[in-house]
Amino acid sequence: MESKNQTNLLISLFILGSLLLNFPILSLFNLKGFLMGVPLLYFYIFTAWALLVVLIGLIMRKTTDREKS
Amino acid sequence: MLATKTILFFSFSYIALLFAIAYYGDKKADAGASIISNPYIYALSLAVYCTAWTFYGSVGRAVASGPNFLTIYLGPTLMIGLSWFVLRKIIRISKTYRITSIADFIASRYGKSTTLGGLVAIIAVVGIVPYISLQLKAISRGFLTLTNHSAVAEQATVFADTDFYVALLLAVFSIFFGTRHLDVTERHEGLVAAIAFESVVKLAAFLALGLFVTFGLYNGFGDLTRQAASLPNAQNLFNISMEPGTYANWVFQIFVSMMAILFLPRQFQVAVVENVNEKHLNKAMWLFPLYLIIINLFVLPVALSGLLHFPDGNVDPDTFVLALPMSQGQPVLTLLVFIGGMSAATGMVIVETIALSTMICNQLVMPVLLRFEPLKLPQRSDLSSLILTIRRISIILLLLLGYIYFRLTGEYHPLVSIGLQSFVAVTQFAPSVLGGIFWKDATRSGAFWGLTAGFGIWIYTLFLPSLVQGGLLPESFISQGPWGIEWLRPYQLFGLQSLSQKSHSVFWSMLLNIGLFVGISVFKQPTALEHTQAARFVDIFKRSEDKDPALMWRVQASLPALKSLLSRFLGERKTLMALKAYNRQKKIGWENDIIEDAGLIAHFESLLAGAIGSASARVMIATTVKEEPLGIDEVMDMLDETRHAIAYSHELEKATAELKRVNERLTELDRLKDDFIATVTHELKTPLTSVRSLTEILHANPELPLEQRNQFLSIIVKENERLSRLITQVLDFQKIESGVADWQLDHIDIHAIIEDALAASAQLIQEKQIQLDKDFTRPHHTIRGDRDRLIQVMMNLISNAIKFCDQEKGHIQIRTAQENDFIRIDITDNGAGIHKQDQEIIFEKFRQANAAKEGRPPGTGLGLTITKQIIEFHEGRIWVESEPGKGTAFSFILPISTEDK
Repeated sequence: MESKNQTNLLISLFILGSLLLNFPILSLFNLKGFLMGVPLLYFYIFTAWALLVVLIGLIMRKTTDREKS
Repeated sequence: MLATKTILFFSFSYIALLFAIAYYGDKKADAGASIISNPYIYALSLAVYCTAWTFYGSVGRAVASGPNFLTIYLGPTLMIGLSWFVLRKIIRISKTYRITSIADFIASRYGKSTTLGGLVAIIAVVGIVPYISLQLKAISRGFLTLTNHSAVAEQATVFADTDFYVALLLAVFSIFFGTRHLDVTERHEGLVAAIAFESVVKLAAFLALGLFVTFGLYNGFGDLTRQAASLPNAQNLFNISMEPGTYANWVFQIFVSMMAILFLPRQFQVAVVENVNEKHLNKAMWLFPLYLIIINLFVLPVALSGLLHFPDGNVDPDTFVLALPMSQGQPVLTLLVFIGGMSAATGMVIVETIALSTMICNQLVMPVLLRFEPLKLPQRSDLSSLILTIRRISIILLLLLGYIYFRLTGEYHPLVSIGLQSFVAVTQFAPSVLGGIFWKDATRSGAFWGLTAGFGIWIYTLFLPSLVQGGLLPESFISQGPWGIEWLRPYQLFGLQSLSQKSHSVFWSMLLNIGLFVGISVFKQPTALEHTQAARFVDIFKRSEDKDPALMWRVQASLPALKSLLSRFLGERKTLMALKAYNRQKKIGWENDIIEDAGLIAHFESLLAGAIGSASARVMIATTVKEEPLGIDEVMDMLDETRHAIAYSHELEKATAELKRVNERLTELDRLKDDFIATVTHELKTPLTSVRSLTEILHANPELPLEQRNQFLSIIVKENERLSRLITQVLDFQKIESGVADWQLDHIDIHAIIEDALAASAQLIQEKQIQLDKDFTRPHHTIRGDRDRLIQVMMNLISNAIKFCDQEKGHIQIRTAQENDFIRIDITDNGAGIHKQDQEIIFEKFRQANAAKEGRPPGTGLGLTITKQIIEFHEGRIWVESEPGKGTAFSFILPISTEDK
């Protein structure tokens, strides 16, 4: 049951990531301008990317904990 | 700035260090103390994904098309997030069936097909060779940049030999790392340790450069981007271009890199074959993308800074990473970056060539050699050295091919462009592999034709055009199409425009590949072996070893023959060790020379598959094993047996149900018997107690008044009568119940019987002043029956009616009538009536209506039971109709005697 839930989470995350990092959402951030010296588009991509990695990490940490216990 | 000698010295020292690490790793592995068995090393080894393309090429790509270079790393991040059910499944399958390469995987999935394995191996080799040449190019370009800054853009004829030597050096390197010995699992712990170390080095080098550029040459990102904003093409770097097809290309590149992270031979090698523990994936799933993020952080700053420092465009952006520290007079940093670039390139080349050499040997060369009769290879005593030689030669050939491709295509392609070409090639494996592990109906023909068509499109739309620049094909091939046929132009096939060359190729090749794969699979029936393999692969997580479908095969083999076969490929010692391990696990005796255990033979085959691939292993095993899938007759027999078994089990079920019912009945009877005894005892005890107490009083008080004495005596007489009546009834009941009763059958007039019974009860009726109605239908009919018993029935029913009728204005009606062949008698009273639920039970023994309500019931509780038994003996039927408060009617019917009809 838990493993199924985790599968669902990872698939949802994949869909979320595919949406965030592709047209059309990506094009919304294809703007001129800078945030903290970083071009806006790069800032967005790296933020979304890091968010994905953190979420994968959180989902997998649960698994690892469960496997240990 | 840096002397060639210095560069060479550090390069060789670095390589020596790598060897030391690999050697240490192998030694530790032999001692059983793996240094790579943790998720961190595993994640770092996955980073072999970042090659010279990443190290040098990303900057060039960023200069050319802005954020586009990031797609190559976003795809793997998305894919690794799915690895819980994609990569993990591939790992589990490969470990279970000792699969050692992507070609082996596909061949094994589709019925251990030699053809398919060979095809995949060819695709992999042709597809990857440009990628290897990219690494050669990067190393030699780096070397050239370092030794002669201004010569970067010059023709490389003078230095041509540099590339050649780099190729040879890398070949030697790979041979030492990858083919020192033959292993059943194809695992190289030392190699993985070295690769992980290289991943650290390249990351550190790139970070060092990035930090130097961003914070050394400029005051952080803000300063750098502000200055770069003045560049003429700055906006191209900061934003995705608005040209048509840009976003489509973006999506295609993410897709292609998603596939590459799974299907590049070197990724398969490190992620699947070299995986120590499946659980390492849990951490690697976020560690590896984290690595990708970090190594990409400074790509843009380096690109911007390069453009700012070399505005006149005479420095190739692909070499910015080296040119920048050199131009700033930073020899140490330059050397570090060069070593980092070398790390990225060598890591890729070593793992890739080892993975490819395994494929070439197991999927291309061995199947041919084993089938080539004159060689008598299957009879040779030691084949392991032959296998190693084939692999070593393959490695050298691969690097030479890379070198040749590099020379042929010239040096005009940017690094990323070459790499992407290889990505598209390995993407062709996606339908066969992904379809193969999730879709049971995928067939060999589907995979074969899908792969062939996809690869064909790839050759036509990417590989051939890349040869145009080397002058092997005329320029018109690209611009006008072959023989001037315009709709066949390789970059605008069928007139499709506005996609990049790579996306264009991906679209057409995937369309045909997936289309044929699915289309043919749907229409073509798989063979038995394909079916078996499909079930093994798709259900890998559900299947336990005992249920392996391979065990359906009927096999027979000689143990010594199998042993010698195995030791020819693995060597004597390893064979014995492997067999001992199996023996420990399964507790199988070796006393018989003939094995018929399909599981054991499957184990032998998988051991062999580890060394020479599944298709070849199958061929080899087939030479010693008499194996046949169950014939149609056997299958029918089995089905028949199954059918019988099912039928038998149905019978069993029925019998069980019957037994259960009988048992319940017995239990019920047992309970009734207990009840019966308890009730009889109770019934006997009550009058006995009263008789006894009264006699005791009489005995103890002789001077009791006569009147009282007479009263007591009359009670004693009555109780005695009751006792004897009860005993008679119990005996009666027992007799009838057990069928030993003595029946005296005669022709009887039922009315006479009623009159007799009434006469016997006349006194009671009179006493209670009960009104009696008789409604007899004449003429009289006779019935055949036992006179005394029938009188008993009537008396019983009449006395019941007397007992239960209204105490003040008692009224009883007795009616007879003829109903067809029966005489019906109704005895109706005007008493309290019987509740519906009680009507059903009053005929059972010792069950009396309202027993609980009215305290001790009048009567024994056997009267109606006996009545019913008697009626039923006469083939009649008795029932009761009653409504509470409206009296009760007992009715029974008896068949008219046949003579009377």
